Amino acid sequence: MTFWNNPINFIGYWLNSILTGWHLPAAIARVLLYVIGIIVLILFAMTLDIGLVWVERKVVARFQDRLGPNRIGPFGLIQPIADIIKMVIKEDITPDGADKIIYNIAPVLAATSVIVLWAILPLASTIYGVDLNVGLLFIVAAGALGTLAIIMAGWSSNNKYALLGAFRMVSNMISYEIPMVIILLIPTILANTMSVRGITQAQSGMWFAILSPLALLIFLISAIAELGRSPFDLNEAESEIVAGFHIEYTGMKFGWFYAGELLHAFTFGGFIAILFFGGYGGFFGLEKLAALAWLNIPFVQALVFIAKAMFGYWVIMWIKYSVPRIRIDHMLAFNWKFLVPLSLVVLVNTAILNKILIVLPNWLYVLGMFASNIVIGYVTVEILRSYGRNQRKAEKLPDSHAQTQEQTV
Amino acid sequence: MTAEQIIFLLFAALVLVSALMVVIVRNLLHAALWLVVSLFGVAVLYAILQANFLAVVQVVVYIGAIAILFIFAVMLTRREAMEKGRQTRNNWWIPAMLGLLILTGLVVLIFNFPNVEQTAAALPVGLDTLQALGIALVSPDAYVLPFEVASVLMLAALVGAVYVATVDKK
Repeated sequence: MTFWNNPINFIGYWLNSILTGWHLPAAIARVLLYVIGIIVLILFAMTLDIGLVWVERKVVARFQDRLGPNRIGPFGLIQPIADIIKMVIKEDITPDGADKIIYNIAPVLAATSVIVLWAILPLASTIYGVDLNVGLLFIVAAGALGTLAIIMAGWSSNNKYALLGAFRMVSNMISYEIPMVIILLIPTILANTMSVRGITQAQSGMWFAILSPLALLIFLISAIAELGRSPFDLNEAESEIVAGFHIEYTGMKFGWFYAGELLHAFTFGGFIAILFFGGYGGFFGLEKLAALAWLNIPFVQALVFIAKAMFGYWVIMWIKYSVPRIRIDHMLAFNWKFLVPLSLVVLVNTAILNKILIVLPNWLYVLGMFASNIVIGYVTVEILRSYGRNQRKAEKLPDSHAQTQEQTV
Repeated sequence: MTAEQIIFLLFAALVLVSALMVVIVRNLLHAALWLVVSLFGVAVLYAILQANFLAVVQVVVYIGAIAILFIFAVMLTRREAMEKGRQTRNNWWIPAMLGLLILTGLVVLIFNFPNVEQTAAALPVGLDTLQALGIALVSPDAYVLPFEVASVLMLAALVGAVYVATVDKK
């Protein structure tokens, strides 16, 4: 084992030998190493987060035909630092009638619910926090903590807009958790494991994005809903409820929510990369060229992973800044009447076809899985088209429509 | 004492204290949040026992759904959330005695199990507990019948909920 093919463990062994060299008991040295590892991981995620502020502001500027931050430093690169200084020195206000303890715990919990996701995120084949055998369920569990943080913030602020935002967020997250859980079963079926690292390794042959493009699409939608980003940003809809659940937060407490949201979006970009685009391994088939053996070096793998995660993050931003907010009843109807049935169909299809087609040669297996998804997608579009046509017909005949309305009343 | 024992004692104490707080705090919403703390402590205990799946499911199901729905209901009753009345009844000592009796019974029962003071054998290396659990749930000589009965019960509850919630369209 050298530094270049296993950097984290190399440093770990080195530190362990130093600590035990100081005559510390082995158990205490191990606990100390874990604590150091956790702190380093959190620092890495939060440092990346500072960069994400700049990325987000620059990208939204491009989408809106602006320049974005460009005054402080080259290309405005020092802007996030200035933002942080501004947030830290702002006055910290706790509103009258707020539930002080819960009010102050909420932003910390919101950021925590994102950072715990980094525990299972494999940056490279040898750089990861922990390889849980229930990794995918862990994502859902962390999402539950995030919901809790938003409820706590909304309720404890003693503000009607904050409470409304929290209500909307709960209905949003509870609904969209269901298609997400169903869709998370598809990589599980394809890879025969729930471990995030195992799923990455199972995609060395073929990306799951090709085996199940519909699953990718549904996961993307429910991930955006879980993030509470546009078009699902009802929880902070500026034009309706001012700023939603974080309306009363000032300074760095607001900063925690903001930083948490950005890091959450990037992390979900990372999960899209891991579940459907092969994570750290494989970069458009380049790794198959013998000359590119350097792609197996952990640092290069980490770069590949971050590039893929950035792509997922970019798609999420692209949708956020192009699509208007949807109404709450449309949001719920879209989830329960469309996404949940569709994801169930995709799940059953994948489970059955995976067992039938696995006996075939690999290229036929891939083709069959891909074609089945295309068929399901086509049928879905046709059903939606006929549904839309019927609705338009009903609108064209106002008299009969009014009569049926009366009858139902 | 090993690190695991220290963590176990800390979180067992947390579970007990927060469960007590659920009952004695006067603000209903604080009670719900203490319940979340208590359930989270139980999840940590599962994790110490290497039952990863149970630990994560505990968080998903209890904290993610039930606790949130619970808080949701409580939030709608904010004005009445503060209970002002007395928290004990005159004959509070009867349930207290009963509780003590049950606790003593349980402790005696547990210490009468054979090999209770032995440390459990470590799990074999490479055993995927999740896979073992999955196979146990669907194999006929393990838990397939209770599993299916439970799922039929859930389905019945689901159908019932849909029936109750459906508006009669005449």
